[in-house]
Amino acid sequence: MEKTTNQKAWFLVLPVLALVAFSAVIPLMTVVNYSVQDTFGNNQFFWAGLEWFREMLSSERMWNALWRQLVFSAIILAIEVPLGIFVALNMPKRGVWASTCLVLMALPLLIPWNVVGTIWQIFGRVDIGLLGYTLEALGIDYNYTQDIFSAWATVIVMDVWHWTSLVALLAYAGLQSIPDAYYQAAKIDQASRWAVFRYIELPKMSGVLMIAILLRFMDSFMIYTEPFVVTGGGPGNATTFLSIDLVKMALGQFDLGPAAAFSIMYFLVILLISWVFYTVMTNLDRREGHR
Amino acid sequence: MARITLDHLAHSYLARPKGEDDYALKEMNHEWGDGEAYALLGSSGCGKTTLLNIISGLLRPSAGRVLFDGRDVTDQPTTARNIAQVFQFPVVYDTMTVRENLAFPLKNRGADAAYVAKRVQAIASVIGMEAALDRKARGLTADAKQKISLGRGMVREDVNALLFDEPLTVIDPHMKWELRTQLKSLHREFGHTMIYVTHDQTEALTFADKVVVMYDGRVVQIGTPEELFETPAHTFVGYFIGSPGMNILPAKIEGDRALINGSSVALGRHYGPLAGDVTIGVRPEYARLSATEGLPVRIARVEDVGRHKIVRAEFFGNDINIIAREDEAIGADMTRVAFDASRINVYADDWRVEGEAA
Repeated sequence: MEKTTNQKAWFLVLPVLALVAFSAVIPLMTVVNYSVQDTFGNNQFFWAGLEWFREMLSSERMWNALWRQLVFSAIILAIEVPLGIFVALNMPKRGVWASTCLVLMALPLLIPWNVVGTIWQIFGRVDIGLLGYTLEALGIDYNYTQDIFSAWATVIVMDVWHWTSLVALLAYAGLQSIPDAYYQAAKIDQASRWAVFRYIELPKMSGVLMIAILLRFMDSFMIYTEPFVVTGGGPGNATTFLSIDLVKMALGQFDLGPAAAFSIMYFLVILLISWVFYTVMTNLDRREGHR
Repeated sequence: MARITLDHLAHSYLARPKGEDDYALKEMNHEWGDGEAYALLGSSGCGKTTLLNIISGLLRPSAGRVLFDGRDVTDQPTTARNIAQVFQFPVVYDTMTVRENLAFPLKNRGADAAYVAKRVQAIASVIGMEAALDRKARGLTADAKQKISLGRGMVREDVNALLFDEPLTVIDPHMKWELRTQLKSLHREFGHTMIYVTHDQTEALTFADKVVVMYDGRVVQIGTPEELFETPAHTFVGYFIGSPGMNILPAKIEGDRALINGSSVALGRHYGPLAGDVTIGVRPEYARLSATEGLPVRIARVEDVGRHKIVRAEFFGNDINIIAREDEAIGADMTRVAFDASRINVYADDWRVEGEAA
């Protein structure tokens, strides 16, 4: 049959194109624009070429922030993923308690970022916060505004509190999709608890776990609000992650050029990592879909 | 290998069953012989899988006991019962190779490596997967996966019983026949007690020495294929086994004759007074069309299935099926159905009544 061609159909995608242009392309281009120019105010711009990129790449400050960022993401993934799986494995499978658990688990996810920050900011205060006061009373030296270790611990525990639920819920969904026959067969085969986890539960969860890891990585890599509220990036620069540093540079110092170059590189790094994850996941799916 | 005894066994999925209707399995007492092959036959939801899971210990019965060789195992977990079970849908360990899958039940029981390798090789040849031993199980087709499940079930030699829960559902027809033959020869070779759940009568009748027919949570008959065919103990067995199933007609019994809507039919045996709903059952194979004798019927249609003809007839609102030979001419005047008197079974409230020799 002859295929009918109608070029007018292109008009139908115009509204989407316009929307995307205003919401993404134009703002992004503005940033690109800033990144290759310099300004001394009065809305006068001078061509700077790749100068800002060169400056940022040799800037110790950016590399430090990136390093801190990577360490932070690695730590929270190393805690949240195993903890989330552990929680999911111990959640009731059905009945009233299953629904109760689901609701309780979902609660932290519903709290806005800055509220989470505020909660922990107050919770950890040595003078009035329950946590800070208790620790102080127990003789543990804890003060997130002065001590680097305390600041990191607070930010990490806060993130774990806020986001482990997400991993747990995804892992729980993966577990729920395993038919009973698998567990029965494992009993017949006399598989140990560990073998059941290793050969049944983990493989069946691998898909959702990849998504969980991707989401948690992306989110933690872009974290801003909570540490900003709790530590403000301090003490010193100890908890100044990439986003915090970027905002300091762009809005605090108003260094638009370097900040724009920084943003673009930040964006590219995230894009690169997402692409790697996406490729790995679709490859897994393809192997999965081969049956 | 073991003799399996079900002692006053009953099961309900409800915590506090009230009446008999709440029981998925009604109370039963049976003894299943050591080394025999049984098929559990029945329609979906009749309790076959429940019974199987109770025997394997995946389910604890609400009442009664399960004994292996006279030893009470009711409270023993599956692992302690040394049972192999194959499920309806393939269960394979995706991340393992086919070889590792087959070796898994042996390794978990601490068998030595040389023995494991020997058994895996032997089983792989039974299920025809020697060439695929080093492939990952993940990418395989559903019937290859099910063959692995079957293999895992058969890999242990010392099991008390081998249980199959409709294992060939996902296998394609050609392979079905071949695997069933393999199972059968395996049974002959090792003499395991085997229990095979199915809703397919051909599968049950070809596989088993004894067929256990279940209906509505009850075992209605345990018998050889021949017994099930000739003397179904319950109208359900008559209806479920055979194609088409047994003709069932409401009747009044007077001695050695049955009255069906005013027509009298001779019976092979003599019966005393019967209580309840009385029916007679006769297989289509033992009914024939006639111009002169038997019940006057209306013939609805004739189906030629190649091997024989199936005549669908009606008698006062009751369907009667007749199997006629392929070469038999069906004339326009043949509007009566005659039964082979010695092949008629009499039922009171669906249960067969044994008459006295006439």
